[in-house]
Amino acid sequence: MTRFGKNDMVNGDALKFKRHSVIPGFDFALGFTLTYLSLIVLIPLSLLFFKATTLGWEHFWHTVTSARVLASLRLSFGAALASALVNAVFGLLVAWVLIRYDFPGKKIVDALVDLPFALPTAVAGIALTTLYAPHGWVGRILAGLGIKATFTPLGITIALIFIGLPFVVRTVEPILQDLENEIEEAAYSLGANRWQTFYKVIFPAILPALLTGCAMAFSRAVGEYGSVVFIAGNMPMKTEIAPLLIMTKLEQYDYAGATAIAVVMLVISFMLLFATNIFQAWTRQYERV
Amino acid sequence: MAGAIGLRNEAKNLGRRAAVTEPPFVRAILITAALVFLAVFLMLPIFVVLVSALTKGVQFYFQAFTEPAAVAALKLTLLVAAITVPLNVLFGLAAAWSIAKFDFMGKKFLTTLIDLPFSVSPVISGLIYVLVFGAQGVLGPWLQAHDIRIIFAVPGIVLATIFVTFPFVARELIPLMQAQGNEEENAAIILGANGWQTFWRVTLPNIKWGLLYGVILCNARAMGEFGAVSVVSGHIRGLTNTLPLHVEILYNEYSFTAAFAVSSLLMMLAFVTLALKHFIEWHHLRESLANH
Repeated sequence: MTRFGKNDMVNGDALKFKRHSVIPGFDFALGFTLTYLSLIVLIPLSLLFFKATTLGWEHFWHTVTSARVLASLRLSFGAALASALVNAVFGLLVAWVLIRYDFPGKKIVDALVDLPFALPTAVAGIALTTLYAPHGWVGRILAGLGIKATFTPLGITIALIFIGLPFVVRTVEPILQDLENEIEEAAYSLGANRWQTFYKVIFPAILPALLTGCAMAFSRAVGEYGSVVFIAGNMPMKTEIAPLLIMTKLEQYDYAGATAIAVVMLVISFMLLFATNIFQAWTRQYERV
Repeated sequence: MAGAIGLRNEAKNLGRRAAVTEPPFVRAILITAALVFLAVFLMLPIFVVLVSALTKGVQFYFQAFTEPAAVAALKLTLLVAAITVPLNVLFGLAAAWSIAKFDFMGKKFLTTLIDLPFSVSPVISGLIYVLVFGAQGVLGPWLQAHDIRIIFAVPGIVLATIFVTFPFVARELIPLMQAQGNEEENAAIILGANGWQTFWRVTLPNIKWGLLYGVILCNARAMGEFGAVSVVSGHIRGLTNTLPLHVEILYNEYSFTAAFAVSSLLMMLAFVTLALKHFIEWHHLRESLANH
């Protein structure tokens, strides 16, 4: 995967594992990195897949296609997608306002955007549940409109919006910041109005970052547990997310069942990670041209 | 990938001419919409924690985190962070040193592998250690024969926390060290410094803010982790309960005020993290401006 420069061909070590360097410590640093990575991440994760193969295909298939598991996967991925879409709109709005406009208290608002990163998920979970409960500050208003948030998929989506927001804002901000005034002035002088300038000039430039941010928010939301369990109500078939179902199976000592669901979730998440990486490499290449 | 965001290098906001900005009423509408959204989604949760924590008065508030179970949970949380953070700092430094300072085959693949824990659900992070060390796990029988407990004990909590905070430090350092290049290190070595001297006197001063940033993010997640720890903890009061798990227990017992009191402590941690983050960004920006 590593790209070797022209000099390597001259030096004649293009086929070697490592390019020559005067800096010491490579063997030690890489050795430690690989050992630690293997012990903490790679071996335990591969054991999960190995365990799944010992279940037998039929058992595995039977587990992951049971109505309850399918419902939980549909809910986890569906709510994560809905939250990512909401964050695409509001994340972009927040990034836009923070980068382009001035208003009192902007610094504090800017700092607060990172709160969901720093706040323990259990705290977020009970705070949101209290807020959106039928007698809570926001829940009361929603109840007046006939909307129930806690113990419904809507509540789950709200928690996931909270968790995902900073990913979109912080990924879009630097691109928006680097956008040059000149291209917008050029669009203006060529007769574009402000809205045309936005969707024909600015939006295409920030779209890759927006999609990357949404993919990050989505992948975090799919696996999220702490902020969701309190507001979800956890009714099987209705508001039971996949990570919670894994937890339930573990508590019933159904290790095979927990493993099977975990493998399905991981395979989908890794495919998403892979797709995002390829997409990022592709946009970077495009930018260079 | 997901989970951490790099240090920001803000440039000064240049004044925008009227031609390339929106009419005042559009600006006002957009600012209001953004602020209302943030108020509902970010501000209200903060207020709800504070108000709920104080509903039974100040005395009850302090009682909630001075009772023995809460103190034990706090101690365990601090212990777990004290083991996790230094280990992940060592790993982050080693990984960044090998990836940023050298060119070798499979480097990009290795970088992707380091990010892997960010795309694993916290619950699955706990599950994999149960499958290794649990009673029915691969090493289960051996551990039982030697009377070693890992799952439903402190070592399991530490392992699960190391896993979920694994990429934080490395993720901050790799791009930073790559951007800085090798010239200063090469010069130091050629002038006769050995590897350690080069690291301590040349590399470390250059990466200190990025390293500190990685450390505070890693620490915040280590202290606040819930899902992964929940799987391996066994929820034994006074023994394997961390602060976030203590919040859950109190909440499920309908001790809402106590749950929010302990939560307010964790929220304080979040605010300290955010304040430090901004302090670091400010320093980083100042130094990078001074260098130009």
